[in-house]
Amino acid sequence: MAKRAAPEINAGSMADIAFLLLIFFLVTTTMDVDTGITRKLPPPVEDNVDDIVVKDRNVLKVLINSHDRLLVDSKPGDISQLKQKAIDFMSIHPGDESYPEYKLKFIEELGMERQMSQGIISLKNDRGTSYEMYIKVQNELASAFNEMKDELSMELFGLKYSQLIDDKKIKGINKAIPVRISEAEPEDIGGN
Amino acid sequence: MSRFKTKKGKGAKAINTSSLPDIIFMLLFFFMVTTVMREVSLKVKLKLPQATEVQKLEKKSLVSYIYIGPPVKSNLYGTNSRIQLNDTFANVDDIQEFVTKERADREEADKKFITTSLKVDGLTKMGIVTDVKQELRKAGALKINYSTRKGRDK
Repeated sequence: MAKRAAPEINAGSMADIAFLLLIFFLVTTTMDVDTGITRKLPPPVEDNVDDIVVKDRNVLKVLINSHDRLLVDSKPGDISQLKQKAIDFMSIHPGDESYPEYKLKFIEELGMERQMSQGIISLKNDRGTSYEMYIKVQNELASAFNEMKDELSMELFGLKYSQLIDDKKIKGINKAIPVRISEAEPEDIGGN
Repeated sequence: MSRFKTKKGKGAKAINTSSLPDIIFMLLFFFMVTTVMREVSLKVKLKLPQATEVQKLEKKSLVSYIYIGPPVKSNLYGTNSRIQLNDTFANVDDIQEFVTKERADREEADKKFITTSLKVDGLTKMGIVTDVKQELRKAGALKINYSTRKGRDK
């Protein structure tokens, strides 16, 4: 019997099929990586819990009114100075009564004792505040804390916080510099 | 000169395209791996605000999204910011149910890692966002992420 060669399959349309699939995926999928500012909401408050009294010197009040203007520490403030103000507030100022109290705390991950500021940044906004402004303020505050983390990390490990790989070190830094931003229960503060 | 003569007369040879499908398939796989399926069709306009201190959202399967912004069809739904959950407009009261549903969809071990991503248009007023946050607190979805674009503001 004569050997018959298998007939060649015409693969010319294969490219078209692949193109079709390609275009389908291009249309139905998105490429953007989601980025954002991660925050943790406080658990809901029960009605019968008394307000926790925080000393006045321990709180930096940041208010945003409905016209997107800032009130920092009862003085009109500017967004460009907010970061510096937050860093200044959260740093330790020995013996200065106008700055927050501090406590010595042992941080296990770092194996050292550290002065921890008791300061809290309280963020309050009006219902009429624009989301853009709110994010700007959140961003400035986040950047303040990140800068402090960077500073400590540089001092201890010679690396920026974002460059740390060791989980223990990252945890230690996070413990040494907790992000102390409190968002007040919503209420109308109005403003003109 | 016979060398040149031999080429004369023959038509242009067809280009071998048998590797073309392979190239296209390669492209296809690249896109399949690097992209994610679009989950919902947006009914609200979103122009996310910019921020510099952003973190990447990891594990997209553990993220549930809430969209807030002015409706695309403003002649039908007005220009006030609305909440969109999945594919429909929703009210603030629907959020707790939404969170419960999202939680039921995930594995038991993953439940505490669910992040709620708030995709909010920059021009939206905080009132509606505050309401949503209050509902999320009540529902126990405490991990949230304000979705922003990375970049310099100002």
